[in-house]
Parts: sequence; C-alpha cells; structure tokens
Amino acid sequence: MEPATQIRPAPVEHAAEAAETVLTVAHVSKSFGDNHVLRDFSLELGRAENVVVLGKSGSGKSVLIKCIIGLLPIDAGRIVVLGQDVGTLDHAAMDRLRARVGFLFQSNALYDSMTVRENLLFPLRRHWLAHTPDQERELVEQALADVGLAHTAEMMPAELSGGMRKRIALARTLILRPDIILYDEPTTGLDPITAREISHLMREVQRKYRTSALIISHDMNCVRLTADRVALLVDGRCYAEGTFEELQQSPDPPIRAFFTE
Amino acid sequence: MPVLDSPLLAETGALTRFAGRFFREGFRPRYEVPELLYQCYVVGYQSLPMVGITGFIMGMVLTLQSRPTMAQFGAEAWIPTMVGLTIIREMGPIITALIFAGKIGSSIGAELGSMRVTEQIDAMEVSGTNPFKFLVVTRVLATTLMLPVLTILADAIGLYASYLAINLKGVTTLALFANNVLTSLTFGDVLPAFIKTFFFGFAIGLIGCYKGYYSNKGTEGVGQAANSAVVLSSLVIFVIDLLAVQITGLLGLN
Repeated sequence: MEPATQIRPAPVEHAAEAAETVLTVAHVSKSFGDNHVLRDFSLELGRAENVVVLGKSGSGKSVLIKCIIGLLPIDAGRIVVLGQDVGTLDHAAMDRLRARVGFLFQSNALYDSMTVRENLLFPLRRHWLAHTPDQERELVEQALADVGLAHTAEMMPAELSGGMRKRIALARTLILRPDIILYDEPTTGLDPITAREISHLMREVQRKYRTSALIISHDMNCVRLTADRVALLVDGRCYAEGTFEELQQSPDPPIRAFFTE
Repeated sequence: MPVLDSPLLAETGALTRFAGRFFREGFRPRYEVPELLYQCYVVGYQSLPMVGITGFIMGMVLTLQSRPTMAQFGAEAWIPTMVGLTIIREMGPIITALIFAGKIGSSIGAELGSMRVTEQIDAMEVSGTNPFKFLVVTRVLATTLMLPVLTILADAIGLYASYLAINLKGVTTLALFANNVLTSLTFGDVLPAFIKTFFFGFAIGLIGCYKGYYSNKGTEGVGQAANSAVVLSSLVIFVIDLLAVQITGLLGLN
C-alpha cells in the first residue's frame, strides 16, 4: 500500500518548541528473517509534542520504539535522539542518552523482588543521578506524588492493581526527568476508566514537565486524549500523519478503517 | 551436513558462546559487587538448610547400610575410614551439587525467564545497567564460589551424622572417629574433590542463567527454563565428575 500524502504539518500548541526536533526516525527498515516489520519508516517528534503511532496489533509499533531506545538494531536508516545518532553510540554514550529518554513498557516491567521505592531508585542510582539519601527521598516522593500514589513507597508490585502498577512504572520513568518518554501501549489491559485516567495523566505529565512523548497505541480513546499528532503505521510504513480529527475525517479507506468500529 | 544441523550441537555452541560472554563481561568494569554479595547470600546461605539435611541423611544412611556388611568381615573399625573417603571424594560433592542444581539452578532459570517475559531485562538495560553483568555474571560467580563452601559444610555434617550412626549400635568417641577419618585422607583425596565443586557450581549457574536469559514462549517458557536448567545441569555435573575422575587418574591421584 503506497503511503498517503501527509495531511498537514504538525499542529501543536507551542509551535516554537515543536519546531525543535528531539527525535528523528529517517527511512528506518527492520526485518526479522523474511518478516519485514518496518520499511523505510520516517517520523519526527518536536519538543513538548505528543505523537501517537497508531497501528494494528503486530504491525511493528513496539519494534519501532525498541529501535529508538537501542534495544533492537535497525537494518537501514537513521534514528537521531536529542541530536545523537543512536546507531553510532557506544555503550557508555547510549546509557547517558537513555538517562534522558524514559520508556514505559507495555508490561510495566516493575522488578518483582523490589519495593516500589527500590524500583524507583534503581534507574536513579544506575544513572548516577542522585548523590545523597535526602535527594533520593525527595525525588522518589515527588515522582510518586506526580502519579498520585505517595502512599505506596514500601509496597511490593504484586500488592498493586494493574492501574497502580502502570502509574508506578510511569513514576519510575518520571524520576529521571526525561526529555522524551516512549510509551508502549500504555492503556493495554486496563479497564476503560483506568485507561482514561492514565491517558489524562500522560497529558498532565507533558504539560507539567514539557516532555515530548512518542506513544504506541491502538486504543482510540487513548489516542484522542493524548495525541497532538497521529502517525498511521501500515505495512511497515508511515501511511499518513495529522491530527486525530483530520485523520478521523479522511475519506481514504485505509485511514477510515482505523476509525470505524 | 545433517549432523551439523543437530539441535544438540546448536545448543552446545550457544552455551559455549554464553560462557565466552561471561568471561568477556565478567572482567570488565562496572563490577557489580553489592549484587554479587547479595547473590552469594541468596544461593549460599539460603541453600544451607537443604544441603545440611541432605548431608546429614547421606552420612547416616551410608553408615547404617554399610555396617552389617562390614560387621560380617569383622571390619567395623574401618567404617569411619570408608565413610570418610566416600563422602569426601564423591558423595559429598555430587549429592550437594545435585541438590544445589535442583534448588538454585531451577530458581535462577525461572527468575531470569520470568524477568525476560515481563520485559524486566529490557527495563534494566534502559536503566543504564548491563543486564548480563548484573544478572548473569553475579549469579554464575555466586554459584561457583558458594558450592565449594556448601560442599565442605555438607561433608562435615555428613561425617558427624556418621559418627552419630555408629553410636546408635556401638560406641566410639568423636576424637577417635575424627582421627580414623583424617588419617585415611590424603591431599589426593581432598583437593580434586574440592576443585571439581567449583566446576559444578560454574556449570549450574551458567546453565540456569542461559536457560532463563534466553527464555521465550511466555509463561510456558519460564517453566521450561526452570525444568531444563535442572535436567541439563544435573547431566553436566555427571559429565564433569567423569572427566574429573579421568584427570585425577592421569595425574596419579586416584
């Protein structure tokens, strides 16, 4: 399927900030054997902008953000995050970059054997971002307050509900004060009310910290509530880009297919 | 060539590469000392009750079962010597290693498998941590260092149990029992048996980590990782034991 013409350039609230690109995915291809997941995929993310990549299950959305954070190597193309070409970075440089890019995993990926506090402290200590116990305590308390779960610091992940675990995973991402947050299916597996709360929380985080976010999702409510711009991933390519409303009103059948029940 | 396509060879190759990576990563900073100490506590201290009970039963059963036969030949005085040699040279290391493989090998396989399935290993990587170093190197080192210590303890507990078993149907003093055991032992008995436990520990840790680290197929894969870690490491323990016997024989220590 040939990519549709881009509907309109990124319309975001803070045009000056968005003009500064924090993430560029240029002509990226990725295959697993004969399975071509991404083909010449391109996308840009501006500062303080939320871009949602919308695609069907198994369309390669999660592969895309794992390539961005360097968990998977790409076959061709270029990914530039905060001015650094991911493909050229050594381990140390990659770690420094990862301290500025948060990643919210689909499964939350909380460490089962650690308390919530230890889960939050883990990335902080591994990236050497806190120096004193007081600093650590302050950052943990702030991150937990941001997600509205200040009372859970000493609890184990197994004692939390699905929605609470998602919030704690977000707190673990926020504690690093990242410039970019990558969300992998943030509302999958949650009930509609909790999913809406998480979507609002993501918006709140963007407004409060001016973070940019690349959100991978197929939950239309989440897309509507969080997206400044939507990119449709079809057959490994960026088929169309635009605001939620623009894409929703598009007469193009492949685009309409995403918006009809 | 069909032989070269064999899954067994592929698995052996993958495990060898995994071991190679352990040596490459293990000697490079950043050294995960606190995690290594924690793992030593987990695999060593927490295995102690199980290993202790097994050692105790091993010493007692060995003594009680050999006593009637020894008595037939009027050789009851040789029981401490026989039990001492058997426990120190073979039974202590092998039984402890098998128990250790069942308890620790399976738990490492399941733990890492579950971390892989729930993306915790990926989360570690994006948190500025080399997961191989943090999870694999520390666990393999911990099993390599702790199994010899546990074997010494199991040997000691087994010998004490043997002393108790002798006293169930006869009388001997602890000093006499210890003297009989120690005078019959040479460095050729103790040293190879001690050294091979490092290899047992290394194999158990490495196989458990390998199976868990590359686990897939979701929750089913976690169970498979735990199960195959125990089965394969038990098999490898016997292979290493056989090699150890051959090598000590070649060195004239048998």
